Amino acid sequence: MSVLQRDPRDQVRVLDEDGSVVGDVPDVDDETLVSMYREMKLARHFDTRAVSLQRQGRMGTYPPLSGQEGAQVASAHALDEEDWLFPSYREHAALHTRGFPLDRILLYWMGTERGNEAPPDVNTFPVAVPIATQTLHAVGASWASKHKGERKAFITYFGDGGSSEGDTHEAMNFAGVFDTPTVFFCNNNQWAISVPRERQTAAETIAQRADAYGFQGIQVDGMDPLAVYDVTRAAVEKAKADTPDELRPTLIEAVQYRFGAHTTADDPTVYRDSDEVEQWKRKDPIPRLETFLRETGRLDDDDVERIEREVQQEVADAIETAESTPRPDPEELFDHTFAERTPDIEAQHEAFAAMRERLGDEAFRNE
Amino acid sequence: MSTSQTQNLTLVQAVRDGLHTGMQRDDDVIVLGEDVGKNGGVFRATEGLYDEFGGDRVIDTPLAESGIVGTAIGMAAYGLKPVPEIQFSGFMYPAFDQIVSHAARLRTRSRGRFTCPLVVRAPYGGGIRAPEHHSESKEAFYAHEAGLKVVIPSTPADTKGLLISAIRDPDPVIFLEPKLIYRAFRGDVPEGEHTVPIGEAQVRREGEDVSVFVYGAMTPRTLEAAENLAEEGVDVEVVDLRTVSPLDREAIVDSFTKTGRACVVHEAPRSGGLAGEITATIQEEALLYQEAPVVRVTGYDVPYPLYALEDYYLPSVARIEDGIREAVEYP
Repeated sequence: MSVLQRDPRDQVRVLDEDGSVVGDVPDVDDETLVSMYREMKLARHFDTRAVSLQRQGRMGTYPPLSGQEGAQVASAHALDEEDWLFPSYREHAALHTRGFPLDRILLYWMGTERGNEAPPDVNTFPVAVPIATQTLHAVGASWASKHKGERKAFITYFGDGGSSEGDTHEAMNFAGVFDTPTVFFCNNNQWAISVPRERQTAAETIAQRADAYGFQGIQVDGMDPLAVYDVTRAAVEKAKADTPDELRPTLIEAVQYRFGAHTTADDPTVYRDSDEVEQWKRKDPIPRLETFLRETGRLDDDDVERIEREVQQEVADAIETAESTPRPDPEELFDHTFAERTPDIEAQHEAFAAMRERLGDEAFRNE
Repeated sequence: MSTSQTQNLTLVQAVRDGLHTGMQRDDDVIVLGEDVGKNGGVFRATEGLYDEFGGDRVIDTPLAESGIVGTAIGMAAYGLKPVPEIQFSGFMYPAFDQIVSHAARLRTRSRGRFTCPLVVRAPYGGGIRAPEHHSESKEAFYAHEAGLKVVIPSTPADTKGLLISAIRDPDPVIFLEPKLIYRAFRGDVPEGEHTVPIGEAQVRREGEDVSVFVYGAMTPRTLEAAENLAEEGVDVEVVDLRTVSPLDREAIVDSFTKTGRACVVHEAPRSGGLAGEITATIQEEALLYQEAPVVRVTGYDVPYPLYALEDYYLPSVARIEDGIREAVEYP
């Protein structure tokens, strides 16, 4: 029986909070497990540094992800090379797991559009800042892929707040009706800025809403990377399989917590108890996976130390690359609106270039 | 660009012919929307396409405008050429976020890696005694949004030619169809391949005394007004813009420098409407030719009324004549 065929109110877990095995360990090779651990460590360190950069005025507003590493890294690992990812704005770890360079993620939050540009071999859409709008793009692309006779899965991420948006309902409804190979991954991190999960839906779980769209929903401990991998892998395989009896889409609700603020512009102490934060920190996905890997002989002190050193270096390098990347050429403003510039855009470009020539770049500074 | 054979079609039949030609030429063209399949669309704009191309290319969707446009964006980014239909332009607002936040910006934000070659079709405008929310003319919303092209045809031949151009365009196009004249008259439409370039206005009637800039459903009324005024000895030039974004400013300036007087006609509300943009173009580029203030004949800055009063809201032939006279008789 597929792990997806569980009651959506019954949370899937493989590791308990101490990292002891309480469920079925998915069939994953040692190298992948250690690489998941490494990605999670990297994401945590990246996040800490990114918040610090913002505080120092070296980066704009940034949405932290700490606490959500397990859900992001494990779900992205469960995809095959050919699969596609449609992220929200908090999926830095999922994107990096798929090969999106860290320095470009930084560039985006430093205000440079080039940070949105995925390398050609990385199958990801640009991040979406409006809430849950990307769920429809994922359904449309997966629908197009099915139309072309391909077998690929399309995962899209959104939050518990995003689950309230009309677009999410329309996306899931279309996915069910047209049987598209879409995996809906809800990062239920308990808070939509200051509004708690209980104010998003009166349903007992978000996962059970899948029932209304006619496909499977599953709730998973989102801070248990092995459980997340297990359910996402099953959903990806189902998306690509011939499934005469069941629809391809799946809704995964990954129950987790964002340890920090919604963004660096937000102060969660206004609406959250510190007790609550401490309680959830006991479920931290990183020590849980580390304990499991150590106890099963896949990781030792030396490995942990080496990984720590490596991720620090990798993040430091990414920051240096991002900060030493020249600011975009102002001429870029007029590129890419259309395949070809319209006469208006061309005229505005010419006027801009002439004004820049006449007044110099100093004239454009507003600081 | 057209073949020598023509068919005599209504404007809505020309929409259908344009879709048919586009779908025949390119298997990636997909039509989706509410009732576009077996029913052939509430205005019959997709009639017969379902039978010919099947349910995988002519797709009846759930009733969800954001869903229709949002999934079309995903399809377009993934290599298809979706042509979503929104049943009435007054129902586009649920999809507005998808259109402006995503369709318009996808090329820019991905630095060209992803593009959004879709055509959102919708009947727009009033005058058919429709219920509330069925008569709006909100082209200015879309014309104001960078990254969108906005096309509004007024003849059957242009409708087909512009629609085929829109389908082939590598960027998102909002294609607003003047439903008041969907079946008001017929016109010769070239068979098979036929394109009309997006962004080019057309002089419908040449004249020396005054230029009238118009588009969509107000065009036939304006032409009628021009003929009536000719009997009074006023020689009116009528310029059909055909695309409201990007505007053919060259055509506007060319006509105005010849006549020195202008009237702009649209059924959309006055404030923030296209007439303001056209007037600004004249001010900026042809001020010294100007012999009279530009006159605007438009709808009012009030919600579109229920149909008992819509005749008072929409520019009529007499109102258009009155506006043109005002421009001609100044000072």
